[in-house]
Amino acid sequence: MSSADLTSERDLPQRETATEGDVAPEHDGPRDTGMDDASLHRWLARAWRTPPGIIGALSSVDHKVIARRYLITAFIFLCLGGLNAVAMRIQLSGPQRGLIGPDLYNQLFTMHGVTMMFLFAVPIVQATGIYLVPLMVGTRNIAFPRLNAFGYWVYLSGGVFAWVSFLLNMAPDVGWFAYVPLSGPEFSPGKRADVWAQMITYTEVSSLAVAVATIVTVFKQRAPGMSLDKIPLYVWALLVTSFVVVFAMPAVMITSTFLILDRLVGTHIFNPAEGGDALLFQHLFWFFGHPEVYIIFLPATGMVSSIIPAFARRPAFGHLGLVLSLIAVGFLSFGLWVHHMFATGLPKLGASFFTASSMLIAIPNGLQIFCWLATLWDGRPVIRTPLLFVFGFFFIFVIGGLTGVMLASVPLDLQVHDTYFVVAHFHYVLIGGSVFPLLGAAYFWFPKITGRMMSERLGRWHFWLAFIGFNVAFFPMHLVGLWGMPRRVYTYPAELGWGNINLLISAGAVLFFLSFVLFTFNLLHGVLKGVPAGDNPWDAGTLEWATSSPPPSYNFTRIPIVTNVEPLWAERDALPVATGLRVDVRELLISTVAEAHPDIREKSATPSIWPLLAAIAVGGTFLYSIFTPWAVVWGAVPIAVTLVGWFWPKGDPEDEE
Amino acid sequence: MNQRPVADLSGLPTFGHGPRSPTWWGTLGFMALEGTGFALAAGAYLYLAMSWPNWRLSAPEPNHWPGTIVTLLLIASLVPNHILNRYAERCAIVPVRIGMVVMSLFGLAPLVVRWFEFPALNIYWDTNAYGSMLWVLLGLHTTHLITDVGDTIVLTVLMFTRHGYSGRRFGDVGDNVFYWDFVVLTWIPIYLLIYWVPRLG
Repeated sequence: MSSADLTSERDLPQRETATEGDVAPEHDGPRDTGMDDASLHRWLARAWRTPPGIIGALSSVDHKVIARRYLITAFIFLCLGGLNAVAMRIQLSGPQRGLIGPDLYNQLFTMHGVTMMFLFAVPIVQATGIYLVPLMVGTRNIAFPRLNAFGYWVYLSGGVFAWVSFLLNMAPDVGWFAYVPLSGPEFSPGKRADVWAQMITYTEVSSLAVAVATIVTVFKQRAPGMSLDKIPLYVWALLVTSFVVVFAMPAVMITSTFLILDRLVGTHIFNPAEGGDALLFQHLFWFFGHPEVYIIFLPATGMVSSIIPAFARRPAFGHLGLVLSLIAVGFLSFGLWVHHMFATGLPKLGASFFTASSMLIAIPNGLQIFCWLATLWDGRPVIRTPLLFVFGFFFIFVIGGLTGVMLASVPLDLQVHDTYFVVAHFHYVLIGGSVFPLLGAAYFWFPKITGRMMSERLGRWHFWLAFIGFNVAFFPMHLVGLWGMPRRVYTYPAELGWGNINLLISAGAVLFFLSFVLFTFNLLHGVLKGVPAGDNPWDAGTLEWATSSPPPSYNFTRIPIVTNVEPLWAERDALPVATGLRVDVRELLISTVAEAHPDIREKSATPSIWPLLAAIAVGGTFLYSIFTPWAVVWGAVPIAVTLVGWFWPKGDPEDEE
Repeated sequence: MNQRPVADLSGLPTFGHGPRSPTWWGTLGFMALEGTGFALAAGAYLYLAMSWPNWRLSAPEPNHWPGTIVTLLLIASLVPNHILNRYAERCAIVPVRIGMVVMSLFGLAPLVVRWFEFPALNIYWDTNAYGSMLWVLLGLHTTHLITDVGDTIVLTVLMFTRHGYSGRRFGDVGDNVFYWDFVVLTWIPIYLLIYWVPRLG
């Protein structure tokens, strides 16, 4: 490929228009062309560094720094949500235990659900994307880096808000989906349901910000040559997920806003006595809630599609089929929400439609599984910990998918609605479909993030402990659910005979919990004492492995050029790169959407404290708004000030040119 | 990893208008998510309207005139908006400055009339669900309007400082034009829902 192919006439600057207008003269600075590696590193490190000191750290806009914070924060919330679950399992380990009363139990299961869905699952898959997508598409930072930093701070404040409320005995106690009328003004006086509603708003603002940044990074910042057919499958998965976020998350923001309006200023949107409708809440919530499952699941399939080729030692079988399946699942995920509402007495014809679409989505998902199996079949699989977790994913997720097909049929659903059968089903889907791939991904990309390997031996122990613990904890729930045990009860009488099986479930839960203790130990051990990893410990083929581990602040010394879907396997001797970018300022390459032709040398934003201040203003407004509607008016002032501070140019070349 | 340079990017420009610029795509992304929010709020309104045979729930008709004036103002503002866009593409600073002032005024005018729209609904938000939905729809669009007018005014001020004199700012003006189109476009269905759907019943 020559430079002539990349900068066709269409892509060149239109000098005539620039000279005709009275635009400021273009500045110039040193370029990377012909520069030796040592000076190139010196220049780029200076341009892209995160400033030292506390203010510097709080101002960081480096996608890797932000992603690391996201990952650690989400992991802490996973541990907290896990502790909720352990507390509930101890209470349920025998009939009529008196450890936890009904009020605290209600808060525990609500906090468990809310934490796992909104503070762990969605943030951690997005955080993984924030770290990996810019590296995989060969660029130097995520698009809109300040928006990305803002997203993290808003997420953090939402999580802290929810957990401080829990410590103050003010945590939501209405279930993670907070149905009206239970959560409405009549049946939930106090502030608990408001905490639910506003916590949702915080976390959705953050995921929407990250989704937009991800989409634009994938569309406009891909390395030259990475046309649509050469985008890595993981990046495709994150792209589709981000689109699902953009169209699904507003639904839950609308739901939570309507709820808080009903509670705070006396609107009647969900009040049937004054022309409102309680089922409207469920429609709006599940219009978000079902795609939410795929927001968590699709990135995990992307991880699987990265891990399998690396260990099967061949590119993924059926690349196009896998991409089309991702897109199909993204679309279909919006057509399933009513299957959460089969027990509400909807018209039969409508229910049949949603049964059909719920079964339809099994087709693209099944196709993906067969493509992965074919990749493994045709390859020479090397069994390492990441691949073990992928096998665990196959086993657990397929069982969850099968009970899903069962639940899609209305008669069965009516029988087991709100029983432990449903609890078992969605834990098989969510933990099998997302947590197992995530754990595999942790072992797979840990060397890239830290520069060190995790212990393989501990990793195998971890896998088997997690796999056995999970199945012991959740498989019996299918049975106890079929026997009629409802979810969300804080205890049960001994006469029902559910004592022994619940003790077994609790023992499994403790094993599963211990597997995470072992995982944490392995993480810490890896960070402190792990064997140095080198750039590409697994000899994988995508671009994140082309740079050092951990990557420098500027990701790549020169922008790589992509000739194959597994670029590092196609170019084993030397990576083709592009030159000509400035090195004294944060310059990166903008390319065209479909073909990834180089188009513009654009500046990327410099570090700034303003996103943090804006997040504090936004967070304070949300917090205040659970007490008075005037918060929105007063809060608008600091929000406006911080946003102006954020966007006002400070005179850096990055702002001016 | 070893590298071999094969392409030269040094001749590329440092800014671009419209779909060439990442900011344009970011703006489009925010339009998509805000548009989804509007569509769902409108859907909620229609859901309730169809659930109740006596929709409007015996409330008086809204007075459409303030809303109609806002609609006319918004549609008229599209003309200077697109003239401004053409100057922004040509990077002509003086006409762009004038255009931004004009657009700030065209943003403030509907906000003033909007003040009179709320009482013209002839119902409060806490009277019944019909009143709630009217206030919600109008409130959503008002928030939208205030945000964009605030943004336009800040950008106008910026264009009069030394920072205005750069390709990047002209790109910002282009994106502001694009977003204003969206503000106008979202109003049309909301206008019909608030003022004309209740008259059908």
